Amino acid sequence: MIGIGIGFKWFIFVVAALVATGSSLMMVTRKNPIHSALWLIVTFFSVAILYVLLNATFIAVAQVMVYAGAIMMLVLFVIMLIHLEWGAQWKRKLSFAKLIGGVVTIMLFLQVLAGVFTYSDAGQKGVYSAQKLAQLGNARAVGTLLYGKYAFAFEIASILLLVGIVGAVLLARKRKD
Amino acid sequence: MESLYTLIEMVVKNIVVVLVLMGCVAYTTLLERKLLGRLQVRPGPNRVGPFGLLQPIADGVKSFFKEDIIPDEADKTLYVLAPGISLFAALSMFAVIPFGDTVTFLGRQVKLVVADLDTGLLYLLALATLGEYGVVLGGWASGNKYGVLGALRAAAQMISYEVALGLAVIGTIILAGSLNLRDIVSAQQGMWFVIKYPAGFLFYLVAGLAEINRTPFDMPESESELACGFNIEYSSMKFATFMIAEYAHMFTVAAIITTLFLGGWMGPWLPGPIWFLIKVFCVIFFFIWERGTYPRLRYDHIMQFGWKVLLPLTLANVVVTAALVAMGVL
Repeated sequence: MIGIGIGFKWFIFVVAALVATGSSLMMVTRKNPIHSALWLIVTFFSVAILYVLLNATFIAVAQVMVYAGAIMMLVLFVIMLIHLEWGAQWKRKLSFAKLIGGVVTIMLFLQVLAGVFTYSDAGQKGVYSAQKLAQLGNARAVGTLLYGKYAFAFEIASILLLVGIVGAVLLARKRKD
Repeated sequence: MESLYTLIEMVVKNIVVVLVLMGCVAYTTLLERKLLGRLQVRPGPNRVGPFGLLQPIADGVKSFFKEDIIPDEADKTLYVLAPGISLFAALSMFAVIPFGDTVTFLGRQVKLVVADLDTGLLYLLALATLGEYGVVLGGWASGNKYGVLGALRAAAQMISYEVALGLAVIGTIILAGSLNLRDIVSAQQGMWFVIKYPAGFLFYLVAGLAEINRTPFDMPESESELACGFNIEYSSMKFATFMIAEYAHMFTVAAIITTLFLGGWMGPWLPGPIWFLIKVFCVIFFFIWERGTYPRLRYDHIMQFGWKVLLPLTLANVVVTAALVAMGVL
């Protein structure tokens, strides 16, 4: 019975991982910006499934709520509002920006590969095992850590967001001259 | 064998919940038409069957046999997908809502909820956003300017009111000390949160109305200015799917209000699911009554109210509730 459970988990992992990779490829190759945004939502969802497989339900739901929900809705709203012409931005010409983007992408990819091949987590166990999480409750575990051990980092992040909001208000304000 | 029984239990619960939900949704449409009729001093539909009780079936059959039109300008895939997204979100939201206590059935302890999630409340908020994608994409994919306007309004309204919606439930989380909806219902043993915490109830009611796009917040489909808005190009079964999704979403929001503030399935004498349905239909009655009473607000007023009134109030509400709980008053 346990064997079937693990096999099922493995199957879901493979499907979610393939969908995540495939949809992010679709995201960067679509001409229509709305379609790109939608593929990005699919990517976020499949990553959320991966979080669920790792027993991080809270992170998974937060991922769907914040990224797939609120932020992508805002992105869609902006794309619809400014009405980007379909495919007008699509040029086959190699520009300087694309060159830099390509180099950075390849560097990051090599970094990830190097990390995967040199460092291994296999067999290591953290403090928060599946049993402990089930007993403690997922939201409670995340909350205790965020407002206890990592309270400082958490507050710094919220101040950063606040600065962002103030900056946006300042930029959007009507000038009185 | 145990896992087989669990699987059977899950499948049966899913099927029963979806069937009951669909039945309730069908008769909510009739209830709405009847009540709106009475509120406007006319009888409402009463021709099909006794008291018009077969009207939902007639509506379903009619829309099934209508011609299905896909506009030339439409983004075909998204146009077909959008009603499905709406319906999927509205149905799957119901999965975490507990409609009764644990019962013993054929010697098994069965929890009367499809998925007893630890983070159930967050799951509800997350899927509510997903449902709005159906409206936004449907409007945009129609390739119609009124459709796009409806979609834009839906997106803007959702971004504005989702914040207040999230903040309104934080007080409930503080009082119950849990995100699990079963725990929240159990915490209301003795006193419903609507009495203990009326502010949160009012905020959730207002933001919830905005979330399901009902009067006075039915901006995305305001027929007098946008000629039906996001669903302008939809016909036949796709239109019907949008309507079913809308009513299922309304039913779900009424169920959430029941769970969070009206003590869920709890009540004397009658079994849990019956109490649950009674309370849900009371909330739905309020939704219909309110639709028959209030006019639609102007769009900029809705935005101003959302950001300048509701958001500060709900924020202050979180602080005050937290302080009162910390001082031991609540």
